[in-house]
Amino acid sequence: MAQVIASRRGPVTGTAKAKSRRPFLLDLYSTAVGKKYVMAISGIAMMGFVLFHMIGNLKMFLGASDLNHYAHFLEKLLYPLAPEKTVLWILRAGLIGMLILHLHAAYSLTVMNRTARPVKYQSARDYQIANFASRTMRWSGIIVLAFIVWHLLDLTFGVVNSQTNTFYMEGDERLKDVYNAVVHSFERPVVAVFYIVANVLLGIHLFHGAWSIFQSLGWNNPRFNKWRNAFATGFAAIVVVGNVTFPVAVMAGILEKATY
Amino acid sequence: MSNHLTNLTLRVWRQKGPNDSGHFEDHAIEQISDEASFLEMLDILNERLIAQGKEAVVFDHDCREGICGTCSLMINGQAHGNQRGTATCQLHMRKFKSGDTIVIEPWRASAFPIIKDLMVDRSAFDRIIESGGFITAPTGGAPDANLIPIPKPVADSAMDSAECIGCGACVAACPNGAANLFTAAKVSHLNRLPQGQAERYKRVEAMVETMDEYFGSCTNHGECEAACPKEISIDVIALMNKDYRKAKLKNRKDLSRT
Repeated sequence: MAQVIASRRGPVTGTAKAKSRRPFLLDLYSTAVGKKYVMAISGIAMMGFVLFHMIGNLKMFLGASDLNHYAHFLEKLLYPLAPEKTVLWILRAGLIGMLILHLHAAYSLTVMNRTARPVKYQSARDYQIANFASRTMRWSGIIVLAFIVWHLLDLTFGVVNSQTNTFYMEGDERLKDVYNAVVHSFERPVVAVFYIVANVLLGIHLFHGAWSIFQSLGWNNPRFNKWRNAFATGFAAIVVVGNVTFPVAVMAGILEKATY
Repeated sequence: MSNHLTNLTLRVWRQKGPNDSGHFEDHAIEQISDEASFLEMLDILNERLIAQGKEAVVFDHDCREGICGTCSLMINGQAHGNQRGTATCQLHMRKFKSGDTIVIEPWRASAFPIIKDLMVDRSAFDRIIESGGFITAPTGGAPDANLIPIPKPVADSAMDSAECIGCGACVAACPNGAANLFTAAKVSHLNRLPQGQAERYKRVEAMVETMDEYFGSCTNHGECEAACPKEISIDVIALMNKDYRKAKLKNRKDLSRT
């Protein structure tokens, strides 16, 4: 009757086993619970970015000059203490690092989960609680990742947008014409639709992710547990609604190309 | 007044042994009292199979009153069937209708290899318990009640976790084959109580890491809570995660002192 179950990490010897002294973070990251901590913390960092990215971009509605000055401000963060764009690139490096950690943790946990059930159920499952958001995290994540690549090529590097990285003079300041690049981008209906679809998927991803953070980090307290779902729903809704206003406003003609 | 269900079709998973690929087998079954439990219905099926000279369907069962955690069936895509808060043995045929097709599968997880038909080997749970699901203090005879003062809410929440019967429905229901609800229930049962404090952090570290060797990871679907015959809340998973984080720091500190 006794069967040997393949163990991934060798035999277990009880509570008193001496632990290897790997560096703390690597040690934590070696387990699934630790990887979920990484997922949650990198998720929080990226949620912070996506919220402030949306809030900053609302300057679209205040006019071209406001948005372009905001972009200029970001490039000149802490200038002249730090050279132009230094702080911006430090922040970007942090975000890229968080994204890589998020992806690596997601990938290795997925591999682990696939290994945990090599033979699927042969009949249809009848899920009770798992919702569309939680069941599609991998797909919504991958599509949002593809969108991020497109978005950077479009509005940061200008590979697919002729209006990105054009400059004009306002007074004695040389400003990047971010506003017209965005309007030009969304005047292409396919781009606008892709943007809206990706943002809705981002919202679905955030809805499950923002709730999961509390579980993964062990933030569980009867006093605020009832607010966790409201927070996740509210955060996802604010980000999606805020972001989707831009392509909708451009397509509806509320935001038009500016001349200086 | 009991009614009888007619025209039931059972689609049962048959598998000769761990290495057989297995298949579904359909059995028409007539005249089942709606007062029969699900396991009694399987008993009737088996008696009929034996009378026909066929091999009986192998399934796990023991106490049949919902407290041992031995029965383990995936019924119509739900662990322990569609009745909340009960194990398979407490599910009765009145929950089904005449003419229903009932699909019965074993738990599926790499840590729960199929022994035969619907019976799986859940000894991976024993490995988790062996690594920390106990206290080592010699306890002697039963102490006086209230010898150790425990606040009522603490005793209650520890008892909620201690309800876990280790049936494995959480693993079976989890889309990832994770055992976080089982492990967390066992961790929070002892970690909430004064008797469990001495080994609190060694326990959670050892149990989480043993769990990792066999099972998948938690993605917070909540399916385990829905399937749990004891309705243990996934709040215990958050408690385990918190204790695990603390344990990682505290155990390193303790280790450096030795």
